[in-house]
Amino acid sequence: MSVKGPQQVLELAKVSRTFGQGATAVAALRDVDLTIAAGEFVAVMGPSGSGKSSLLALAGGLDRPTSGGVFVESTPLAGLGLNELARLRRRAVGYVFQDFNLVPTLTAAENVALPLELDGTAARKAGRQALDALRQVGIPELADRFMDQMSGGQQQRVAIARAIVGQRRLILADEPTGALDSTTGHGVMEVLRARADAGAAVMLVTHEARHAAWADRVVFLRDGRIVDQAAAMHDPTFLLTQAGL
Amino acid sequence: MSIRHSLLALLQDQPRYGYQLRVEFENRTGSTWPLNIGQVYTTLDRLERDGLVAREGDDGGGHVVYSITAEGASEVQNWFAAPVERNNPPRNELAIKLALAVTLPGVDVQAIIQAQRVASIRALQDYTKARRDTAANQRTADTAWLLVLDSLIFQTEAEVRWLDLCEARMVQQAQSAGPGAVRKTSNGVTEDAAPLTTETRR
Repeated sequence: MSVKGPQQVLELAKVSRTFGQGATAVAALRDVDLTIAAGEFVAVMGPSGSGKSSLLALAGGLDRPTSGGVFVESTPLAGLGLNELARLRRRAVGYVFQDFNLVPTLTAAENVALPLELDGTAARKAGRQALDALRQVGIPELADRFMDQMSGGQQQRVAIARAIVGQRRLILADEPTGALDSTTGHGVMEVLRARADAGAAVMLVTHEARHAAWADRVVFLRDGRIVDQAAAMHDPTFLLTQAGL
Repeated sequence: MSIRHSLLALLQDQPRYGYQLRVEFENRTGSTWPLNIGQVYTTLDRLERDGLVAREGDDGGGHVVYSITAEGASEVQNWFAAPVERNNPPRNELAIKLALAVTLPGVDVQAIIQAQRVASIRALQDYTKARRDTAANQRTADTAWLLVLDSLIFQTEAEVRWLDLCEARMVQQAQSAGPGAVRKTSNGVTEDAAPLTTETRR
């Protein structure tokens, strides 16, 4: 069990999640320990039904564990009331979903600014931050477009901009490249990687090995348990040395 | 891999001596397939014997410089024009290992698959990281190395997808073997009944 510190953005401690009761109870997650530090990009892989999405829902406070604790920046989510939880989610946590979840009647910039405005940020300031987030995902010129004027890849970039706006420290992504072609998928990984390199903690749920490979650490889930982890070499020059460069 | 054609192709670019050919080859392929200098000289001798290259003489520094002949140039053209021949089928230690594992009693095939998956993903992480770092440098000389890395990334990804498929097939076999052998996932749902392609795993 790792030590909690300011570096630890997300910590799941002995987390279990059971659905139903008695004979029909199903354990989606069993005794999962997982921490993600600032600047770390972790990918979660596993077959359907292995508990990937449950893990993500718990990490973002969208669901509560049956036992065990979830900590975001050392704050135990169990101790928060619904309003406090919603506030934390708006301020510190960004989500990227497979189906984007964008509001069609708002422009790209308005969609991105939405969580900030809901949190009480003044419209002008929220607009500035939204534009900055759109710049980070490479589409500032699309700020005034509506969703039906954008391609799937562009909409996904808007969704990512909304997830990172206001410098969120924890970014949770559930199969964010699902509907995209491989070039656009690559672009999504570049943005997530850049956020991690800038200090955010990133958790990506995916079944695509080539996307998981962008992560610092790949966690394998099976039957609700972490069965393996694979970490990239921290010194990429190793590969080059090995290759004789 | 055809060292013969690779060296010829490099000589078509400009006359070079043995050591230069080796360095040039390794630079352009990211040193993924290191060349032995002895191989380079033996190959040059044969190319000369076959009339595909000719000695130009000494470069002044004691190196024998080779240049390509007209026959050599047409050989290179043919090489580039023809698709690479596939060994039939290529030997694949992993496929052989798994084929034996599934047919022998007492072998934990799922453990083999998982151990390989972790190793393959780790390799994929390293290739992806190397690709990212190389792409960030944006030197023109890196283009060839990037292509080699892409090739390694695609191959490794295919390996992982194939491992997923192997595992799904095994689960399916266990299911058809009888209800007692059915493997259930944590949520009580049996694994996808027809997980024959990785797409169905979404």
